[in-house]
Amino acid sequence: MLAFILQRLMQAFVVMMVISALVFTGVYAVGNPIDVLISPDVTQQIREQTIKAYGFDQPLWRQYLTFLQRLATGDFGRSFVYNMPVLSLILSRLPATLEITLAAVLGATFIGVPLGIYAGYAPDSFAAKFIMTVSVLGFSVPTFWIGLLLIFTFAVNLGVLPAGGRGDTVSVLGVEWSFLTLNGLTHMFLPSLNLALFKLSLMIRLSRAGTREIMLTDTVRFARASGQSEATILRQHVLRLIAIPLVTVFGLEFGSTLAFAVVTETIFSWPGVGKLIIDSISTLDRPVMVAYLMLVALLFIIINMTVDIAYVALDPRLRARKTDRKTDAKTA
Amino acid sequence: MNAPATLPDSASRSPLRVFLGEFMESRVSVVAVIVLMLVILLAAAAPLITPQNPYDLASLVLSDARRPPGYVGSKGFSHWLGTDAQGRDLYSAILYGLRISLQVGLMAGAIAFSLGAALGTLAGFMGGRVETVIMRIIDLQLSFPAILLALVLAAMLGQGKWQLIAALVTAQYAYFARTAHGAATAERSKDYVEAALSTPLSLGRVAFRHVLPNCLPPLIVVATVQIANSIALEATLSFLGLGMPVSEPSLGMLIANGFQYMLSGRYWISIYPGVALIVLIVVINLVGDQIRDQLNPRLKR
Repeated sequence: MLAFILQRLMQAFVVMMVISALVFTGVYAVGNPIDVLISPDVTQQIREQTIKAYGFDQPLWRQYLTFLQRLATGDFGRSFVYNMPVLSLILSRLPATLEITLAAVLGATFIGVPLGIYAGYAPDSFAAKFIMTVSVLGFSVPTFWIGLLLIFTFAVNLGVLPAGGRGDTVSVLGVEWSFLTLNGLTHMFLPSLNLALFKLSLMIRLSRAGTREIMLTDTVRFARASGQSEATILRQHVLRLIAIPLVTVFGLEFGSTLAFAVVTETIFSWPGVGKLIIDSISTLDRPVMVAYLMLVALLFIIINMTVDIAYVALDPRLRARKTDRKTDAKTA
Repeated sequence: MNAPATLPDSASRSPLRVFLGEFMESRVSVVAVIVLMLVILLAAAAPLITPQNPYDLASLVLSDARRPPGYVGSKGFSHWLGTDAQGRDLYSAILYGLRISLQVGLMAGAIAFSLGAALGTLAGFMGGRVETVIMRIIDLQLSFPAILLALVLAAMLGQGKWQLIAALVTAQYAYFARTAHGAATAERSKDYVEAALSTPLSLGRVAFRHVLPNCLPPLIVVATVQIANSIALEATLSFLGLGMPVSEPSLGMLIANGFQYMLSGRYWISIYPGVALIVLIVVINLVGDQIRDQLNPRLKR
């Protein structure tokens, strides 16, 4: 087991190195950052000095090595636009994103799973068809469009909810949170709803598909024969059997919601990391782009590694297969 | 050893017939197919049935900008869906936008399909080191959200239709590859493959002519989902300003341009292109759902 974890850690390190090289070269192929840093009418001398100061006159591989050197000390560089260390810039924006992401994923799970189980339990009922139609909409209508409709309905026409911004925040341990004030909550509602709708549809579909399959199995037949009520069967047997894939998806989705937050945050001018990356793409703020992409890659690698290790730890069949493969390799 | 399956009653009819027959049973899907055909027809015939070429900047009149639906413009025809901030007739712009959406979606889907199916089949069929390398790369990519990948690629490659398609293909081929790999691995162990391999047929021929066709059903399901996804992704990227160039607005960009005017009550600039986009995506998804249900052996009656 320890060997397996070590092996995965090594792999993760190699992958991060590859990603850092790809991201660095990729991002540095976009535009010319010197135009962002200084105004076009400065003298040639100042221009050259700036280029030298930032190391842009060096070949790409040398710039990359310098970047790696700094990275080893935890320094992602300074933002061209905000003129502050990139890492603290991103960390200062993270709570805003976490807030709406958590609200969205939790809401989607607690509403979506019961609806999905019902739709899978009585697939021909009117309610089930209605739920599925809504989920097709939530699944296929692009997030940005739902966001616009929400703003159009609730902010422009009804005028009951704000169209953007974070509203009032409360500082807890030096971090600003919106969900602790009423005004902040009203600002959070629409972006969270916007983020949640896709997850909601996903949860509905997954739990419906799982329930439909499990309802046909012997487990349910025997449970019925033993005289358990339908509600007990759904709660005790079906929910437990579909829970494992749902938990996995929940974990993975939490990560990908961070990616979708890019769109939602742009629409609702929510000052989180998603808005930061879009702004940095349009202003060519390279250090922010590189740092953001590497942190997201790291996040996903950690999530996947945890899932892999948890599976191996939990599922004896996978452990057996791992050793099988090793013996195969030895005999080959 | 697999026991020979008993032949179903419908064995006398061709599989395509059976498939179509089952498809016709669902009224929603039939309506969806008809709407989809109609949208494709409208998009294909756009230059013939629109009063204005929205990409020809010279034909745009600024004094006609931001007019509500039904306004009769300076060129003498009425703008049934209103005009946008540059004076574009929205009806024309929407049909041209649908053209771009369909082109980008279908092209990206087709290229991603071919690339993914080839890689996945190859990996599943060859096994060994080839499989390990290909699937490692693909798993790595799948662990990364497609929208972020497309976002970064679109930013790197710049604006334009082909750049956009390249970004979408890179973001999506992995889904096809994984599906093809799973199906090919399952097919690989079946007797007919062994039989084909014992004949002097080349390995490539067996992989692509014998195994690949049997992997198609799950790939078709992925394709319907991914085409709708590429269209949505294209619109999202264009909405964020990273897709099509400003001179050739796709639906996403029309919506983005109208966003600021929506807050002041000029809803039509955003809403009508949005409705067109939704109709397109929803009908593709409805058709895809029906195909998926029909191809899923576990739901067979």
